[in-house]
Amino acid sequence: MSTDMQAKQPIMTARNVDVFYGKKQAIDNVSLDIPENQITALIGPSGCGKSTFLRCFNRMNDTIQICRVKGDIQFAGQDIYDPKVDVVALRSRIGMVFQKANPFPKSIFDNVAYGPRIHSLSESKDHLEDIVITSLKRAGLYDEVSDRLDEPGTSLSGGQQQRLCIARAIAVDPQIILMDEPCSALDPIATAIIEELMDSMKEKYTIVIVTHSMQQAARVSQQTAFFHLGELVESGDTEAIFTNPEQERTQNYISGRIG
Amino acid sequence: MSEEHIVSSFDEDMTQLRNLFLEMGRIVTSQLQAATRALRKEDRVLAKQVIAGDKELNTLESELNDLAIKILALRQPFATDLRNVVGTLKSAGHFERMGDLARNIAQRTNTITKAEAETGSIETLVRMSDQVQVMTNSIITAYERLDEELAEEVRALDETVDRLHNSLFREMLTYMMEDPRNISGCMHVMFMAKNIERMGDNAADIATEIIYMTTGKWPEESRIKKDKTSRIIVEPDA
Repeated sequence: MSTDMQAKQPIMTARNVDVFYGKKQAIDNVSLDIPENQITALIGPSGCGKSTFLRCFNRMNDTIQICRVKGDIQFAGQDIYDPKVDVVALRSRIGMVFQKANPFPKSIFDNVAYGPRIHSLSESKDHLEDIVITSLKRAGLYDEVSDRLDEPGTSLSGGQQQRLCIARAIAVDPQIILMDEPCSALDPIATAIIEELMDSMKEKYTIVIVTHSMQQAARVSQQTAFFHLGELVESGDTEAIFTNPEQERTQNYISGRIG
Repeated sequence: MSEEHIVSSFDEDMTQLRNLFLEMGRIVTSQLQAATRALRKEDRVLAKQVIAGDKELNTLESELNDLAIKILALRQPFATDLRNVVGTLKSAGHFERMGDLARNIAQRTNTITKAEAETGSIETLVRMSDQVQVMTNSIITAYERLDEELAEEVRALDETVDRLHNSLFREMLTYMMEDPRNISGCMHVMFMAKNIERMGDNAADIATEIIYMTTGKWPEESRIKKDKTSRIIVEPDA
């Protein structure tokens, strides 16, 4: 088989996406492919629409009443905004990790077991335990908490809580994980641990991350998309974006100039 | 692209880096000019000044290295800034080596007499030196203006230097075969010519860096080396 034939279709495609909050347009005609088993970073100044765009991917914007999404977003060949789509099932395929770690007020075990339980993914108690341990291992947290799984999730440090949230997202066996500034509240060591984790996770998952840290985008991602004032200014290979961007607006933003 | 960074001290660092680099370029040009003049005029005082002057270049280079490393570590530059810092850092290394080569010419000037140097005409050597000075002057301008076309011209000029070097090589072989007493002078002239030829190579490498800094792309065709001296031989009974 030639390498061209092995090249995968993008797992997610956005075409001509517009997002409105009431009358205000937050996203203007954005098209972007999300390649499978890669990390895509969305960067841009505050208010540029990157988080709004991220939230389109698992219909998190549905929870905001005045928000309207137009255009076409396909996940594995299916229009995710089709009225027939089961949004809860969609969000188990496309998980999310937020800026602030938000463990449930439950034990470490129950935090991770929550998703498999509500989606009835486990066949037995042993199987559930298996899922929880595997997920904690994949989130790089198991060794630190193996002897205290019944302690509250909120008793962990910030970085550990964030990894607990990653384990919770992983537990329902998603294909894509959306991360909205997952390290902005973490110190450099906890950040490095999450970044190392992301790098190993991309073998199995596709990750889309919104980050304010350009260094982080440069370190973790293979593809970078730069948003400005609701538009996608430029997207491409991360190395190219950070060494030789095509657009002046990208150049100005990433090099810290007044654009 | 806007010229100014939001953080103005970043601009100050970049300006200082640029000034250090331009200063190195100006010193290299004047060192080569002085070394050539010292040879032509048999001016040993001037030759000594060239030898001493190389220290300044080394000092500037280490200052530039420290500043570039500081910028990389503390500013974490991206895009044009990144290309500028890395390209300047690499190019400064080339200038420093060019300074060493100019110093070596001056050292040889102090070793041989004018008569020995002129055993073989040093005209070609002077023309090579003039050509490399044109290259270094153009480098300074191309760097200041981020002028990729001028940088490309510098790369092309190196071919002329290589051609002159080839012809000098043949010339020296002839003189040495004519009379073994010429060998000492000819050998020194030949090494001086080789130094200038290598200065041309370094200048062309800096021009390549300037093209990358300016465009973000390496020039497609690698330079055609016209230095053929490594393949010239003399038949014993020729």
